[in-house]
Amino acid sequence: MSAKDAVVKDRRNPLKIARGLGSSQSGVGHWWTQRVTAAALVLLGVWFVVTVLCLLHADYATARAAVAKPWNALLLIVFVLTMFWHAVLGLQVVIEDYVHTRWKEVALMVAIKFLAVLGALAGVLAVLRIALTP
Amino acid sequence: MADTQRPLSPHLQIYKKQVQMMTSITHRATGIALAVGTLLVVCGLLHLAAGEESFNHFKGVIGSPVGLILLLGWSWSLFYHLCNGIRHLVQDAGLGYEIPQFIRSSWLSVAGSIVLTVLVWAYVWMAGGAA
Repeated sequence: MSAKDAVVKDRRNPLKIARGLGSSQSGVGHWWTQRVTAAALVLLGVWFVVTVLCLLHADYATARAAVAKPWNALLLIVFVLTMFWHAVLGLQVVIEDYVHTRWKEVALMVAIKFLAVLGALAGVLAVLRIALTP
Repeated sequence: MADTQRPLSPHLQIYKKQVQMMTSITHRATGIALAVGTLLVVCGLLHLAAGEESFNHFKGVIGSPVGLILLLGWSWSLFYHLCNGIRHLVQDAGLGYEIPQFIRSSWLSVAGSIVLTVLVWAYVWMAGGAA
């Protein structure tokens, strides 16, 4: 396949590919991951709300025992990771849309990613601590 | 200030207010609110892991009037983002793009979020309050 055929198949302007701008980068991956995490969060979010409501008046021991149950611990970890992942993808779009100064955009994005990784790991560690200590 | 000299697309003040525009803006606003709310989830888990005294303190804070108002806001944000998020997923699948359908599904998101929020807080109230 010649380079010209590749361009036709790609439906992209050759100049755009050469400059490496626009859809020549990783936009589709971001878009798709945002949808997949959204679909997961529909299920996980509803499960989380129901779980919290079931523990409404639970005392400490009951709440801790509920989180320590294998399935609950697993789903909580998945929920925390997916939630932060989806939040970063969403905030990225907002920042790219409204922060027009390049260095502020990059600084804000890096700060949000640091916070999200910190939050996600803290949440996972908390669940593991509850699940693994008797 | 923007560091580009490119022309910007027309912004909010140009357009007539429409429900599908409000649902779109609200989807973003609730998304930002929920991104902050992730920290509350982690905070709860950390307090639960830290011990009974710590967890009771956390329960006291979220059960306070300010805590309850924040929880009310976050719960509605969650249900709105959930309902409208499902609407967006349906639209991403290529469905519901006729203008009347678009407007109807917008109102459906708003109504669904209010119904779910009322149901949850009615349950909390019937179960004897949040605290």
